[in-house]
Amino acid sequence: MDEPRRYGRGAFLVVVAGGLSSLAWATKASNVFSPLTSSFSQLVGNLFPIGGWRIYTISGSMPDFNPKVWRLEIGGLVEKPVSLDYAALQALPRAEQISTFHCVTGWTVNNVHWAGVRFKHLFELVQPLPTAKAIRFDSLEIPYNDSLTVQQALLPEVMLAYEMDGAPLSRPHGSPARVVIPEMYGYKGVKWLTKMEFVPEQPTGYWEGLGYDQNAWVGRSNGYSS
Amino acid sequence: MHWVHASAFVVLLGSGLCLYLPSLAEAVGRRPLLKDIHIYTALAWASALVAVVVLGDKRALLRTARELDEVTEDSRLNKGQKINAILTAAFAVLFSVTGFLLWYGERDTRFRFASTLLVHDWLMYVSFILFVGHLFLAVIYPKTRHSLNGITRGWVDTDWALANHRTWAETELRLSEEAAGNVPRR
Repeated sequence: MDEPRRYGRGAFLVVVAGGLSSLAWATKASNVFSPLTSSFSQLVGNLFPIGGWRIYTISGSMPDFNPKVWRLEIGGLVEKPVSLDYAALQALPRAEQISTFHCVTGWTVNNVHWAGVRFKHLFELVQPLPTAKAIRFDSLEIPYNDSLTVQQALLPEVMLAYEMDGAPLSRPHGSPARVVIPEMYGYKGVKWLTKMEFVPEQPTGYWEGLGYDQNAWVGRSNGYSS
Repeated sequence: MHWVHASAFVVLLGSGLCLYLPSLAEAVGRRPLLKDIHIYTALAWASALVAVVVLGDKRALLRTARELDEVTEDSRLNKGQKINAILTAAFAVLFSVTGFLLWYGERDTRFRFASTLLVHDWLMYVSFILFVGHLFLAVIYPKTRHSLNGITRGWVDTDWALANHRTWAETELRLSEEAAGNVPRR
């Protein structure tokens, strides 16, 4: 009688070895297939975020945006503190850009179309004092906050966005306004923004308090090196 | 082993999807709680599997392992069931490694790799497809759904076994005949 063929153990080991080795090549493979997966993701909206967004919250629930009560308070070390409502924010000079969004956990969304306000126009409005070196951004999602230096906020592609991909920011993406800085990982882009405070030195934000880098440059921080 | 794995898989899949899919993440909320449920279920699952191996019927486990090794032979399990079991076991190892890296990478950035989340996601997609197929064959498909009796009650009809797992059924029948003294032992 023939000996039974024993392929099971080998198959198990091949799958495990292939899976472990994919930690080295999965990102490259994903980039090859990303045109396909991104298209699929856009087709099915936010149900299956293949090649698309993953939404993270720290408090367990996403803040609700009520245009009647929402205000963006801008104060601290400035000449003219202001409190903007949604209409006043939208009335400021509009800027648009298409940029790539990188999450520190490893996923990326290409070609995100943002619209909003450049920080230089907010600066013109409130006139920061010379002693202001950084801006602290507070979210409606308490206790989330983070910060940028004044110089970082004035980088060419940094904005306070109120639209994404041709529509007002949705609740998962931080309605009504969020910080966008494509050069840094997403945790610096505070969502559900409610307050900007100019401060003399850069404070430690929520994720920085948990060990993440203050300057979250894509590919050059948080253990990544390009 | 089957039920430990199955129950943990359902909880891990549910909590994982609530963390992963934006629509569910928004509807359910409570991300920290779901994250705790996901992590502690994974720990409980791994501990329970170790307990089954250490405290359970090792001979039966070894017998099943040998049976799975002969993946191209039909026996008590058919080829599809064996392939599913082998993939599920391999994925369990990979889920554990990538899950640990995701957890530990939050604490030590040297262990955060760009591909970890991707691999964890891909495993979830393939596992979900396998799980749906497994449920369909075990619960809905007329030709195979009787096998559910085998895993829930420990027996299947003789006629069904002879029709679907002939070699194994004939061996079992012969052994029971021998045990009853109706035929000489070989």
